[in-house]
Amino acid sequence: MSKEPIYLEKIQRSLVGRYRAERVFRGCGMLAVSLGLAAVLLVFVDIFIKGTGAFSATYIALDVTYEKDLLGIENFADQRQVNSGDWEAVYKQALRRDFPDIRKRGERRKLYALVSSAAGYDIKDRLLANPGLLGSKETLWVLADDDIDSYYKSWLDGNAYTARLTDGQIRVLDTLINTERMQLRFNANFLTRGDSREPEQAGIWGAVIGSFLTLMLTLVLSFPVGIAAAVYLEEFAPKNKVTDFIEVNINNLAAVPSIIFGLLGLAIFINLFQIPRSIPVVGGLVLAVMTLPTIIITSRAAIKSVPPSIREAALGMGASRNQTVLHHVLPLALPGMLTGAIIGMARALGETAPLLMIGMVAFIVDIPAGFTDPATVLPVQIFLWADSPERAFIEKTSAAIMVLLGFLVTMNTSAVWLRKRLERRW
Amino acid sequence: MHANNLLLLLLAFVAAAFYVGRGRANHIAKLAGGSRQLHSLPDYHGHYTALCCGLPAVLLLILWIIFSGHVISAMVLDSLPAGQFLGDPGGRELLANKIANIAQGVLPKANQPAILVAAAEELNRLTQISRWSVTALASCVSLVGLIWARSRITPELRSRPRVEASIRYALFFCACVAVFTTFGIIFSVLFESLQFFQSVPVVDFIFGLEWSPQTAIRDDQVGSSGSFGAVPLFVGTLLVSAVAMVVAVPIGLMSAIFLAEYAHKSVRAYAKPALEVLAGIPTVVYGFFAALTVAPFLRDLGQGYGFSVSSESALAAGLVMGVMIIPFISSLSDDVITAVPQSLRDGSLAMGATHSETVIRVVIPAALPGIVAGIMLAISRAIGETMIVVMASGLAANMTFNPLDSVTTVTVQIVTLLTGDQEFDSPKTLAAFALGLVLFLITLILNIIALKVVKRFREQYE
Repeated sequence: MSKEPIYLEKIQRSLVGRYRAERVFRGCGMLAVSLGLAAVLLVFVDIFIKGTGAFSATYIALDVTYEKDLLGIENFADQRQVNSGDWEAVYKQALRRDFPDIRKRGERRKLYALVSSAAGYDIKDRLLANPGLLGSKETLWVLADDDIDSYYKSWLDGNAYTARLTDGQIRVLDTLINTERMQLRFNANFLTRGDSREPEQAGIWGAVIGSFLTLMLTLVLSFPVGIAAAVYLEEFAPKNKVTDFIEVNINNLAAVPSIIFGLLGLAIFINLFQIPRSIPVVGGLVLAVMTLPTIIITSRAAIKSVPPSIREAALGMGASRNQTVLHHVLPLALPGMLTGAIIGMARALGETAPLLMIGMVAFIVDIPAGFTDPATVLPVQIFLWADSPERAFIEKTSAAIMVLLGFLVTMNTSAVWLRKRLERRW
Repeated sequence: MHANNLLLLLLAFVAAAFYVGRGRANHIAKLAGGSRQLHSLPDYHGHYTALCCGLPAVLLLILWIIFSGHVISAMVLDSLPAGQFLGDPGGRELLANKIANIAQGVLPKANQPAILVAAAEELNRLTQISRWSVTALASCVSLVGLIWARSRITPELRSRPRVEASIRYALFFCACVAVFTTFGIIFSVLFESLQFFQSVPVVDFIFGLEWSPQTAIRDDQVGSSGSFGAVPLFVGTLLVSAVAMVVAVPIGLMSAIFLAEYAHKSVRAYAKPALEVLAGIPTVVYGFFAALTVAPFLRDLGQGYGFSVSSESALAAGLVMGVMIIPFISSLSDDVITAVPQSLRDGSLAMGATHSETVIRVVIPAALPGIVAGIMLAISRAIGETMIVVMASGLAANMTFNPLDSVTTVTVQIVTLLTGDQEFDSPKTLAAFALGLVLFLITLILNIIALKVVKRFREQYE
């Protein structure tokens, strides 16, 4: 008993260090969580800063004259004239008039290169929509080339990017800027067009439609099969080796790397079944096979959460097993299953690797109209743009990522909302 | 008739069959004195009739879709004079493709040999015949099924058990799709790999130290024999995964401990889903982030301190991959830590241990199997991760353990070997399948062990 004060003293002394260790440990935990959250923030902010620029595009104001001789067009009803019309001559003439001192051929070409090659088509569309403009004059805002776009945006930030421009071009641009004939406008092209080699004309609408078609197919294929499999495993499967084998398979498939599903798609769907490459059908099939385990697992959890008393009540009233499941268990489990399906679809929407294997990386300008048209999807479009050397594609890529993340956030919040709204506590 | 239209027609038959069967059952019930006299409800008789009507016809249609094309093209090819076109077996397939293209109008009929045009016309004729005959046959089969089922409807007919049994078979079939998928993966990967190992010995593939998968177009070209030693790829994969785990394990584990043991309920309610956002970000986004933000940053940082950091360094890819994996480790560890019974903590705290001592000496050891399993799942995820490394790490197969260098990984090579149009029987494309086989086996083993451990852990505490 006489030693007790010594022990106590020892403990008292050790407490300082132990409490410090406690604080350090707690601090480490906090640091880890904040690092994780900082990473989330960093990714989003980085993408956001890089991407917002793509939603506006640089336009140049030109005083154009729609002269009949210049266009080579008398009458818009004549298809031959429309096809052979020289629409680009309109803005070229306006540029020549504004900068008469540029006479050399090479310099002229540089001057014309300020304007995007899409401007000619825009002029054509404008004239076809308003035939009355023929012969008149107006101030037209035409789309600038991507290098000009980069220059103007960086000039606005105070640090002009001149690497891809000649001195003559920069002089012209400064004149345009000083006379307030350059402007950032909302970039509708980005949201309404398909892919293009020219960054200023490239849009994501084709990829959005491709993603939509592919996901529709994925949902239609994997949701019913997934629910059926989950119902079988939870409600009907006998406890035996076959059931165990199926369960092991499902759990393993859920953890198989997605690229392996690409190999499956390539070997089975494309080589064996001879489905053409690059079409939403084969993309949807591969993604359906890939998301199936996720859907089965979440659906099983949803079915499991329906209390046994519901089943017992139904069976007690004389319902058959099928009737019990179909009339009582399934409707109660459906919200959970839907949530799982949405989360599975969100994952499929962001998936890239397996689609690279099955040829959905092709450069596709046209907006797909059906399940058998060649298409690309949003994440693959992002991958393709990220690989492009043009500087202007960096902001396009980031903006496409913003659109993709927008879709994902919408899907996931709707899943959460659905769960909150329809969830029942038993 | 086109297969889609035929399917619509069959659907109409099936709907009609349902109403016929139900009507018949109602009629019989009325004669027998009310539907209580029937064994099954009239609706079940309707379903039974519909099944008898639709099922055989749909099976027939599926068989036709699978086999008719092959049969018809074989018939057309056999009708051609032998010898002239049918040199080698590959030529036969090419010829069949050519004829099919002429028949569909993809190739213009002009300036094709007359014999091929004739064959194409024959092909079209046979296809027409087969379409009409399958339409007629399927309609007959479904009508016969309908009439037969209708004639069998009596008050005693046990329709409900039969319908329910067939539903159960359908459900079982759906559950088996996962098994088919696994077999599909195994067969597709294994089959192509075996072909690959015929030209490149297994030992050279697994233990070879040089990877340069170029194969020559001509035999006499320089460097015509590609070398397929996969060790540099394994090393690269391990290096990137190791960097990722160095980032993810401490951060993931510490956040799980903090969120499960220390954090206030309201903090946990927001921080946990916010961390899980990291798992929801598509990997292509991480790849872009790694390639355009992290890699240049590391390169500049390295230059500042006098290191030469490759702009496609393993470090950049690994760091970002680690960030991606944080939520896997944190949520799996969180689950197992919260599953550790409270009584263990209470016992330790009652003995005078501080909270951190309790966590380190009691909770973590108790949760260790689950945590290890979570880490194994995360490793398998890191090894199989594709987009980050495709976008942020290089293509050159360097044998190095220096994370500042550029390395390549198994998944990067699979993607580069298989993207774009390639012929399917060169060692180059087949090598991708062999790599796929290795990847599949490694992740499979990791997953099976991890899932077993998790299961045993759950059984221990729940």
